[in-house]
Amino acid sequence: MKRAVSAALAALVLSTAPLLAGCTPPSGERSLTVFAAASLRQSFTEIGEAFEAAHPGVRVALNVAGSSDLAAQIAQGAPADVFASADTTTMDRVTGAGLADGDAAVFATNVLTIAVAPGNPDGITGLADLSLPGLRLVQCAPQVPCGSAAQAAAARAGVDLAPVSEEPTVTDVLGKVISGEADAGLVYVTDVRGAGGAVEGVAFPESAAAVNRYPIAALRGAREPELAREFAAFVAGAEARKVLEDAGFGAP
Amino acid sequence: MLASARPDSQARGFTGLPRWIWAPAALGALFVVVPPAGILARVDWADFVLLVTSESSLAALRLSLGTAAASTAVVLLLGVPMAMALARGTLPGLRVLRALVLLPLVLPPVVGGLALLYTFGRLGLVGRWLDVLGVQLAFSTAAVVMAQAFVSLPFLVVSLEGALRTAGGRYEAVAATLGASPTHAFRRVTLPLVLPGLASGLVLAFARSLGEFGATLTFAGSLQGVTRTLPLEVYLQREADPDAAVALALLLVAVAAAVVGLAYGRRGLR
Amino acid sequence: MSAPLLAVDAGVAARGVRLAVGVGDGETVAIMGPNGAGKSTLFALCAGLLRPDDGGVRLGGRVLADHSGAWVPPHRRGIALLAQEPLLFPHLNALENVAFAPRAAGASRRAARAAAERWLAEVDASDLAARRPGELSGGQAQRVAIARALAAEPRVLLLDEPFVALDVAAAPALRRLLRRVLAGRTALVITHEPLDAHLLADRVVVLESGRVAESGPTAELLERPRSRFAAGLAGLNFVAGRSTAVGSGNAGRLAVEGLGEVSGSVPDGVAAPADGEEAVAVFRPADIAVFRPADIPHGSPRNSWRATVQELEPRGVQVRVHCEAGPALGAVPTGAVPTGAGQPVRLSADLTPAAAAELDLAPGQPVVLSVKAAAVSLYGV
Repeated sequence: MKRAVSAALAALVLSTAPLLAGCTPPSGERSLTVFAAASLRQSFTEIGEAFEAAHPGVRVALNVAGSSDLAAQIAQGAPADVFASADTTTMDRVTGAGLADGDAAVFATNVLTIAVAPGNPDGITGLADLSLPGLRLVQCAPQVPCGSAAQAAAARAGVDLAPVSEEPTVTDVLGKVISGEADAGLVYVTDVRGAGGAVEGVAFPESAAAVNRYPIAALRGAREPELAREFAAFVAGAEARKVLEDAGFGAP
Repeated sequence: MLASARPDSQARGFTGLPRWIWAPAALGALFVVVPPAGILARVDWADFVLLVTSESSLAALRLSLGTAAASTAVVLLLGVPMAMALARGTLPGLRVLRALVLLPLVLPPVVGGLALLYTFGRLGLVGRWLDVLGVQLAFSTAAVVMAQAFVSLPFLVVSLEGALRTAGGRYEAVAATLGASPTHAFRRVTLPLVLPGLASGLVLAFARSLGEFGATLTFAGSLQGVTRTLPLEVYLQREADPDAAVALALLLVAVAAAVVGLAYGRRGLR
Repeated sequence: MSAPLLAVDAGVAARGVRLAVGVGDGETVAIMGPNGAGKSTLFALCAGLLRPDDGGVRLGGRVLADHSGAWVPPHRRGIALLAQEPLLFPHLNALENVAFAPRAAGASRRAARAAAERWLAEVDASDLAARRPGELSGGQAQRVAIARALAAEPRVLLLDEPFVALDVAAAPALRRLLRRVLAGRTALVITHEPLDAHLLADRVVVLESGRVAESGPTAELLERPRSRFAAGLAGLNFVAGRSTAVGSGNAGRLAVEGLGEVSGSVPDGVAAPADGEEAVAVFRPADIAVFRPADIPHGSPRNSWRATVQELEPRGVQVRVHCEAGPALGAVPTGAVPTGAGQPVRLSADLTPAAAAELDLAPGQPVVLSVKAAAVSLYGV
């Protein structure tokens, strides 16, 4: 029973993955499927276009989702060529299972910042201000990377944070600050940059205690192993570096 | 009488069922039954009890049962009069209203959450006045109940309105000529007559409340013991501890199955 | 008649109904008429399930409803309705059903129960007290429904064909019961059965096309109907025309379009219609004799008409022959097919099966109908 069920589930995942990754390429084209963490959506779209420009006849298909979702899909045999994770722990799960082709390389970093309403109406200057009475703070749950980073930063600053909500994703935290439900939220620098002018970021020194590192690896099951390795190297290169910096990512 | 023949005698009698029906019917049944069974296959039975009795799991279960019960009570208080008005009322525009009232049935839950947010949120249409009065709904257990009631209210209204229409108004007319005021007739005649429809509507509403996720996350947030219901806990644990997520998912399936089974199983046995 | 207890003088435009019906205190009135005549509308107006567009409804000097908007809701009218089906509340047992009205009126549980027991005994249904409606036969359920309506102690009781949903075996007992409980009560009974009208009602009101066609004491109305419907109820042949001559004694003649002259006699105690006045001729199907055209009797009675057989209807020990009658015999040459001017007149004759067989009757066959003048009643309308 257990076997049959697993097989059925795997078949379901396998059959839907090509749909997620996009259409079958026209004959004569080579296709590269990249699984990337949600926070990389904007940057990797641009990097993918640059990679296509540098490699005529290659099409980059991007599948973005939460890192752990992507890792679970890869473990279930989804047809991915490259995996870019938002944290090293998740990448370790993939490399540990022997699914990566070679080692993973960190290509970007990201740090927390305090997202507040434009104009910073509560006059927040640092982490200590987040425990002001009546201030409604939202952060990620400790179970997810952005939440554990927030805990580490708070520990470094010696403040006790009492959030009114611990969200499962950083997008939910950002959403609650943008909608005005929360007065402040702990999000990544790239989230504030990506939100345009909807929120303002307040940097704080203790964010250095929890630098989030983004590793990338070509995958063992890749249909285009050579191209996969080239893409991983391209992401670490100068052209991609510029795109990532514009989005707010730090150097590795 | 053919219509009232017992099921066991029907098995041998003429059913009029084309034989090919069985293939797609079986496929459909498998499609619905296999995924919950898939959860069973993934459960880490050795640690199951430990996983579902952790502090956060119990807090989520308690919160889910409490809020689902509260939202079902809200749905009862508001939904019964709504169903009565829609089924028996003669005001113009009632048909349009019925269509609008059923909107949450077809709305994606996240959209429902956004709608609540823009209405009852701190800067929302109603919320900004509530805020002035010192009432803050966001991030409170009350917000969870509101989100659940919002999505489950149509289930009760649809179910009860159907029952009311089927029952018709003849008994109420008799009750009136026997001297019963409309309120007396409502309590002593209408409600008892539609009790089965009311019960199934309440069960559906409770089950829908129990499973509410999108609107809750968008509108109420997620904090252990306050707003983090079982589905939110499953979603969160999936990131950190997939085994715990699977165990909690099974717990949710079990509670939902128990509720549905209690309501429909007994009727099926009759 | 003194001022009626219940007076309906109201119209409902959407249903094409305009009625004036009064019911005296303690009087039982049978409401008769074809389907769609307005019987149910009359009841709905009385019970408060329908508002009149014009006119109004009054009960004992109190306005229940009128066109200006005065309105007493059904539960404050004191008018109980017993429908064709018992409509017992399915979730209550017989006793609780009967106790419903006293409870609604605010009686205590104990008092309501005592009243319910008394009314169940009144309709001989005490042994059914604990039964659910689903466990009662049609007759038993209607019995309980009567007790339930009586327990409301209404000033007026409306009964809408109370026996129509019952099997023939259950109806007689219930008819006796109603005859007993309706004595001295103010009630309206919709019925299609002349028997019910005779047994239960003091007076009959016949409705046709939303209007009162005829009304009068039951026996008189069914004996000398002035409307086609009432004649049909009483099982009588009915032809309308104009009185042409009233002869010596009580003999008279009536000019009827399509039939020519009909001879008859004016019943005792009824004023003879004047010359030219609208009048009717009424006679029993059993008094009509049927002949083949070849066997026209000598010394024939005055009323003889050519006719065509339309339908043969077996009725117990008799056969009813429905015919379309043409012009009077002698008006056209013998043997010619009757092509009467104007509408043919429908007449019915009752024969024994043996006589019908001997005449070898079949639809489409020409016959001659004849009836003695002494068997024809003539009177004005």
